[in-house]
Amino acid sequence: MSAVFKPDETFRDDFSFRNSPAAIRRFPLPFPADDYMYSVNLEPHLPGPRGSVTEFALDIDEHYVAECRERAIVLAAEPLRFQALPHMMSAQWDCLELIMESLARDYSQHFSLARDGNRWHWINRPLGIDKAFTFGDASTLPQPPLEFITRQVQGDWVVMDQRDGDLWTEAGMVTTPADWSLDFDIGMTFKEWHGPVPLAHEMNVFDRALKYLLNLRLGAPVRRLNWTMTVNPRLDTAPELYPFWGPDRARVDATNAGDLVHLRVELQGLWRLPRSNGIVFSIRTYFISMRELVTVPKWARRVHRVVKNLHPALVDYKGLSRYRDAVVEWLAPYDDGSPTTPGAAPE
Amino acid sequence: MSGRSTVHVEVTAIEQITPQIKHFTLRPVDRAPLPAFSGGSHVVVVMRAAHRVHRNPYSLLSAPSDRSAYQIAVRRMEESRGGSEFMHTQLQVGSHLEIAHPVNLFPLDKIARKHVLIAGGIGITPFLAQLEDLHDGAIPYELHYAVRAAEHAAFAERLRAREGGRVRFYFDNAAQAIDFDGLLSGQPLGTHVYVCGPAGMIDRVLATARRWGWPDSHVHWEKFSAPPSGRAFEVFLARAQIGVKVLPDQSLLEAIEAAGVEVPYLCRGGVCGFCQTRVLEVDGELLHHDHYLSDADKLRGKSIMPCVSRANCKSLVLDL
Repeated sequence: MSAVFKPDETFRDDFSFRNSPAAIRRFPLPFPADDYMYSVNLEPHLPGPRGSVTEFALDIDEHYVAECRERAIVLAAEPLRFQALPHMMSAQWDCLELIMESLARDYSQHFSLARDGNRWHWINRPLGIDKAFTFGDASTLPQPPLEFITRQVQGDWVVMDQRDGDLWTEAGMVTTPADWSLDFDIGMTFKEWHGPVPLAHEMNVFDRALKYLLNLRLGAPVRRLNWTMTVNPRLDTAPELYPFWGPDRARVDATNAGDLVHLRVELQGLWRLPRSNGIVFSIRTYFISMRELVTVPKWARRVHRVVKNLHPALVDYKGLSRYRDAVVEWLAPYDDGSPTTPGAAPE
Repeated sequence: MSGRSTVHVEVTAIEQITPQIKHFTLRPVDRAPLPAFSGGSHVVVVMRAAHRVHRNPYSLLSAPSDRSAYQIAVRRMEESRGGSEFMHTQLQVGSHLEIAHPVNLFPLDKIARKHVLIAGGIGITPFLAQLEDLHDGAIPYELHYAVRAAEHAAFAERLRAREGGRVRFYFDNAAQAIDFDGLLSGQPLGTHVYVCGPAGMIDRVLATARRWGWPDSHVHWEKFSAPPSGRAFEVFLARAQIGVKVLPDQSLLEAIEAAGVEVPYLCRGGVCGFCQTRVLEVDGELLHHDHYLSDADKLRGKSIMPCVSRANCKSLVLDL
């Protein structure tokens, strides 16, 4: 996407975040049908259509500069949003390489990477960064390698070590969490980390997902979509900050839901890392307000039906109990009952 | 595996390093950097022989940070099914091969306090790359390397030069044997042991470790079973609606691939579980040779690993 950045957008206080019409058209709606239940919906992370959020390995869009500034704000207040256990250093370098290579290859107008052996030179034009450093020598960067590079890319990043037939959450940059905490989860196994998710354990979703991921291959990344809803386009809904954002839920009613309630979609990518044999998990968040969403008539009908018929356990887990009915009521006038075409693409 | 991208490589050096082992250097044809990898990784090498395609896994032994070339070593098997024979007799400097991206089923544990590496014969290869990773860190390690006789000790000079006292050699013909009890009974807490070599050596290490109370999570082994040969048999693929004949020296997986049906795979050695296939019907006996299915699964007979397992049967129907 050849986006024009909107550097002054905010994800807090006055919440000036908005999607352009082009950003609405490319929104990754996670509902291919009118109902929704968990599945192991992993697919190869292959290039998607031109202009789509999966055209490239990593998606840089019109919110890039504003999201990087939001991350810096969070880190200034809470440095532990970045953590890495000592044995994760080679995985940190793997991630830095993956992100720099992808951005320089796919967005050469914004980023460049020159390499001469271990002497690397990175230029990030939108953020005004120009840094020469030695790959593998953390003393040549101003922050640990994973922190340095994830301050310059959208989405949260979690790095897992693979041992004992399990995946251990042992490094990450998490400033845009949908109500989960790296500080709480660091050191956990794959199933411990996903412990709070309802229903899916009984469906053996995590057994199958773990088995699949343990065999994730180098050069063959996979992706999936996940979703929830958030009141206001607030990227940082960390559980530690619940007193600041939880009460927003009580403000939603059928008259303001269109502007307050946002569908929050995570494009999750998983890559096997070469030197560390770890796995990096990226969680790239997209917001769309209900008012923006109904500009696509098919999506208005689809989301109305999904939210109306959502399993009660998922309504509860996703934190929608308090305002789900208001959202359904707000969307109802946009659903004339006519059928939707299969798949998630706008008509 | 299906949709798997391969890298085209050129053989740029071949060295006969022991009476039975050749050392190959493989460079990408387009000279683009190869993927970095972690010590213990293997690549599946695709060999297009005259009448059939061989796909054999070989451990990478070069420095994981060297992205200009990969190195492998291949022992010529006495009862070669064709793969090692091909590597030894058909390849010359300048020959081309295809390889898959590296896969690591034998990684070093990153939170180990000490590593004890035990190699038998050609089983030295994964450790050579791991040693490159270990040189950077402060984690103590030791290597115990057993071979039939000094002339069979591949890479002995390189190991002596780089590892010094951290490597110990054992020569069968000099009646030197690794004292597994002594080795495994006196290690500090947090030590991990790794073994790669003949089946008998792996079994002894596993049994000795168990006897001395090692937790399974601290004992690692790599055993690529070559697919054993056996009697010919026939299999019917239910989804493809075709019958396939499996020849005596061909694996079930190879026969299915030769018939044009792709099965996902990673190790081709009965370890990773990736090619697990549902058995819909069998009239006869499944011959499980893998290390992945539990004994109970094997008895149940509902799954098979076509990379190494066969059947002795009148008919076999697979969900492929």
